[in-house]
This record gives sequence, C-alpha cells and structure tokens, in this order.
Amino acid sequence: MSETTDTFVPKPSLPPPSGSVGITYWVRSRLFDGPVNSLLTLGAIWLLASTLIPLIDWAVIEAHFIGTDPNLCRTGGACWLFVDERLRFFVYGFYPDGQLWRVNLVLGAAVLAIGYLAIPNLPGKRWVVPAAIVGLPVLTILFMHGGVFGLPIVATDQWSGLTLTLVLSVVGIVAALPLGIVLALGRRSQMPAVRIICVVFIEVWRGVPLISVLFMASVMLPLFLPEGMQFSKVLRAMIGIVMFESAYMAEVVRGGLQAIPRGQFEAAAALGLGYWRTMALVVLPQALKLVIPGIVNTFIALFKDTTLVLIIGLFDVLATIHATIVDPEWPDIAPEGYIFAAMVFWVFCFGMSRYSQALERKLHTGHKRN
Amino acid sequence: MSETQQAPKTLPADVVIEIAAMNKWYGSFHVLKDINLRVRRGERIVICGPSGSGKSTMIRCINRLEEHQAGDIVVDGVTLNADLKNIEHVRREVGMVFQHFNLFPHLTVLENCCLAPIWVRKIPRAQAEETAMNYLQRVKIPEQALKYPGQLSGGQQQRVAIARSLCMNPRVMLFDEPTSALDPEMIKEVLDVMVELAEEGMTMLCVTHEMGFARKVADRVIFMDAGQIVEEAAPEEFFNNPKSDRTKLFLSQILDH
Ligand SMILES: Nc1ncnc2c1ncn2[C@@H]1O[C@H](COP(=O)(O)OP(=O)(O)O)[C@@H](O)[C@H]1O
Ligand SMILES: [Mg+2]
Repeated sequence: MSETTDTFVPKPSLPPPSGSVGITYWVRSRLFDGPVNSLLTLGAIWLLASTLIPLIDWAVIEAHFIGTDPNLCRTGGACWLFVDERLRFFVYGFYPDGQLWRVNLVLGAAVLAIGYLAIPNLPGKRWVVPAAIVGLPVLTILFMHGGVFGLPIVATDQWSGLTLTLVLSVVGIVAALPLGIVLALGRRSQMPAVRIICVVFIEVWRGVPLISVLFMASVMLPLFLPEGMQFSKVLRAMIGIVMFESAYMAEVVRGGLQAIPRGQFEAAAALGLGYWRTMALVVLPQALKLVIPGIVNTFIALFKDTTLVLIIGLFDVLATIHATIVDPEWPDIAPEGYIFAAMVFWVFCFGMSRYSQALERKLHTGHKRN
Repeated sequence: MSETQQAPKTLPADVVIEIAAMNKWYGSFHVLKDINLRVRRGERIVICGPSGSGKSTMIRCINRLEEHQAGDIVVDGVTLNADLKNIEHVRREVGMVFQHFNLFPHLTVLENCCLAPIWVRKIPRAQAEETAMNYLQRVKIPEQALKYPGQLSGGQQQRVAIARSLCMNPRVMLFDEPTSALDPEMIKEVLDVMVELAEEGMTMLCVTHEMGFARKVADRVIFMDAGQIVEEAAPEEFFNNPKSDRTKLFLSQILDH
C-alpha cells in the first residue's frame, strides 16, 4: 500500500532570469527600446534642457534675493526681493499693523491642529477634530474680528490677502463636507419630499457658475434682506461658496454611497441597526473612504475657486499680488508675482493631495468587495 | 417589549415563528404562495429546493428584509407589520447568515462582532468584547480577532459572520446558503460550527443543499418549488420515502452524481 503512494514534493522557487532587473535593464527597456523610442527619448531630453535651463537661470542663478532697493532689479533675472518686500501685504492684506498677532494666533492654532492630525499615531485625535471644528471659528470671531477682551474691532472688510483665502476655504471645506453628506443621503431617501428638496437644491446650485453665485450674494441678497439683517460681504461670499461646493460634494458622496453593496445594508438591518446607525457606522465610513480622491478634488477646486471673490471686491491673496505688481516703483515684476501666487496655491493643494493619499493608505484594510 | 404588538391569536408558548397563509409578490410576480410554517423552540429546519423557488425570499421575510403582502408572520410573539418597533424587536432576536458573508470590511473581526451589541443592545464595550471573544473561540478563530475580513479566507469569514450574529444572543438563526460561496475545502469547517450550534439547541432555519447536514441535524426538511412548500417531513422520511414526484426528481438530481 505504502509503495503505491507518491509523496508530493513542491519544486523550489527560482530567482527571475538575469537581465530582467536593475537600472540598466530599466533604461534600456523603457527609454531606448528601438530607434523610434530612442529618438523620442532624446527629443524629450533636448526639449526639457532647452526650456528648463533658461528658466533655472532666470529664477535662481541670475535672480536677486537680498536687498530692498527696486533698482537692483533693473538688470539680471527674477526679482524675488519684491516678494519679500510685499510679503506682509500678501499674507495679511489690509489688516491693521499693530494687530497682526491676532491673525497669527488663529493661523497658528489652525496649523497646530492640522499638524497634529497629519502626524500618524498620535493619541486623542477623535477629540482634536471636534475641538478644532468648534474652536477655530470661535477663535476667529473672538480674535480676528475682536470687540471682546478690549480688542479693537477689525471689520471683515479689512480681512484680506492669504488670511482671507484661508478663512474662506477652511470654512468652505469644513461646512461643505457635512452639508454634502446630508444632501447625498437626502437624495437617496425613501421619502419623496426629502428627496425632491435635495435634488432641487443640488441641481440649482450645481447648474449656476460660482461667479454668478458670488454676484447674487453680494448684490442681490442685500436687496431682499430687511434693513437690520444686513451682514458683511465676506460672510455672504462664505455662504455662497458653502452652498455651491456642498452641491458638488453631495454628488461625490452619492457616488460613494452607490458603490456600497446591498449586502452591507442587509447585514446591518439584520443585526437590528436602524437607518442612522447603519449609515453612520457601516455605510458612510466605507463610502467616504472610497471617494477620498473625489472629496479632496472638490476641496482643491474650492480652495482655488476662492480667488473668484476678487470680482465682488474682496481681496484674496491673488488680488493682493495682482494689485502690487503694477507698482511703478518696481520694474516689470508681473512674472515674479504670478509665479509666487502659483507657488502659494500649489503648496496648499499639493499638501491636501499628499494628505489624502496618506489617509487612503492608512484606511486601506485589504478588503475585496462582495 | 410591552409596547410591541402581541400575536392576535394565542399560540402555544414554545412557538418561535408562525407563518400563516403568507403571500408575497415582486410587482406582479407571485413569488411566495400561501406559505404556512410553524417553528418551535429548538427546532432545526432545513429548506431546500431548486434555484428561484423562493427559499431566500421566504426566510428573508422572517426578519423583514423582504415585506410580505398577505398573511401573518409572528416571530417571538410579535407580529411583523409596518410598525418599526416590531421590526426592530424581531431583528434583535433573529440572527441571519448570508451566502456572501456580508461582513463589514472596514471593521476588524472583533469590531464586526461588537458593533450591534454595543449600538443596538447598549452593552458596555468591554463586556461586548468579552462576549465576542467567547463566540470567536467557539467558531475557532479567536486568533483572527484583530484582522480585517479581507485578510481571511471564505470559510473563516463565514465563521466570523456566524459569531457576529451569535453575539446578539438571538433566539433564532437564519442561514441562507451559508456554504454555497465557499471552496469545497472550507465547507466542512462552516458546517462543523453549524452542527455544534444545532446540538446546543439553537432554533435554526437553514436554506442549504448540504444533505449530509440535513440528515445529521434537521428535525424537518422542507422542500419548496415555484414559491410553494411542496413537502415537509423528517429527514429519514424525506430522503427515503418522498411523497411528491417533484421532490423525487429534485432528490435524484442532487444526490445522483
Ligand atoms: N428583488 C427582486 N425583484 C424581483 N424578483 C425577484 C427579486 N428577488 C428575487 N426575485 C425572484 O424571485 C424568485 C425567488 O427568488 P429567491 O427567493 O432568491 O429564490 P431561491 O433563494 O430559492 O433561489 C426568483 O424567480 C427571483 O428571480
Ligand atoms: Mg437564494
């Protein structure tokens, strides 16, 4: 009996054939495999070199970094000392001189909160989020607006520069996400009245350009509101941005909700979880995780869209730069100004993008969908 | 429990599920026709029948994942109707295991098991975790407690799903083809758990084609076709001496190969 039974011995695993790994292999197989690809590679290298080298030359090698005198910039490359000279205006705009610490305090608190959340594995994050969501607006109103603790009032008309950009976008982001979630749930509701209200809200706001939303907020809204109820232009712009972006957010979130298999709803129902608990504990955590790229996409769009407040007379960071580069005291410094503006926006948007990627990796639980 | 509606007619005290003259339609399609079924405490019932005969729909009516349009369903003394209170009560007392497990992929095995006890039964977390570990022990995967469902094999996932239901301490367990999505190697580990559960006296309704399981533990086998209960008998009787020719045909198809 034992003689007729074969013993199964698995074959040993072997290394891959030589010449299929390593740098030379990569270069040869990706860049120089065949005459056409070799030509394309060389062409691309030439194109990069012929544009990048003069750019680096202008922006770094020939550029002026130190000094305060505009005349330094009459010759040579980029004039970065202009940015340095006007940085205070770009960041704080018309906020009064002696009061800048108030802005710094609020921005510092925001940076602390975001930094804490961005560093992995710190304890107590579940308390930091609500504390920041409640605390930051309170700090903003108390300190940036003032009127309490003997602080002079700085009306919101004077909020400008990067400060205004950040206030508008942080408020937009923090308010648009929850509102978007509510709208998305409402649009999938079984109750016709709720569904219709949400559909109409989403379609109306999504169908209108943000520019006209801002115009309406700044020009038309005051006509309808009673005399005593007027509120500031910044607040009106804020409300317009939140409404507009939450309609987009709602559709992003709805995409995530639709991707959750029916079995998840059924399993939750079979366990006795009601509608709200099913949504909050089972469906939304999965749906939101699925659409993190879409959510961050909307955040980034919102951040850049805040520049549109320029047209209703608010001074965001782009508007402050725009207003300074025409200064006759300086030689033509428009390129420097716009490059600086682009860099400011890029840094924030890239930061959001990286954070979202880290979040996706962290939340990945290796599941396959069923 | 006092505010939930009581059964209209008085049932014997040990009846857990009473289905009387129940009918269901999907649109104009009459999917369940005049179903009558009484399940007593501790009974193990196996339901079989060809695909599309309405087995899933019937057991899903018992915890109101599907709504029936005519007749009565009384579970644990509570009549199932549009009243949300009644539905919630029934779902707390009836556990369900699905063909595709339907574990929550964003939660660990332990969190899957604790979710409903904490949020529905309001049990303190520490106690819920202790109970969960207890049940994970019984389905023989306590060492996987901190993994995510996506990291487990199908058989392990289904055992977690069983443990998750048991953590609610249900009076009845419903199984809808719990082994149909599993590789042959894993079917036995799930069936072993189910046999153990049956031997402990759990009231069970199992839709399954595992006839070995039916012979071993079932008190009654129910055969369904075209939305009707065709035949209902003890396993001995059902397999050796089926009355209906439809049952004979079905049995010859699933046993003769
Ligand atoms: N949601 C639904 N809408 C319409 N028809 C359905 C739906 N679910 C199931 N059916 C139909 O009802 C019948 C019974 O389905 P089901 O209970 O799943 O059968 P089984 O579990 O016995 O295979 C099938 O013909 C199926 O096509
Ligand atoms: Mg089925």
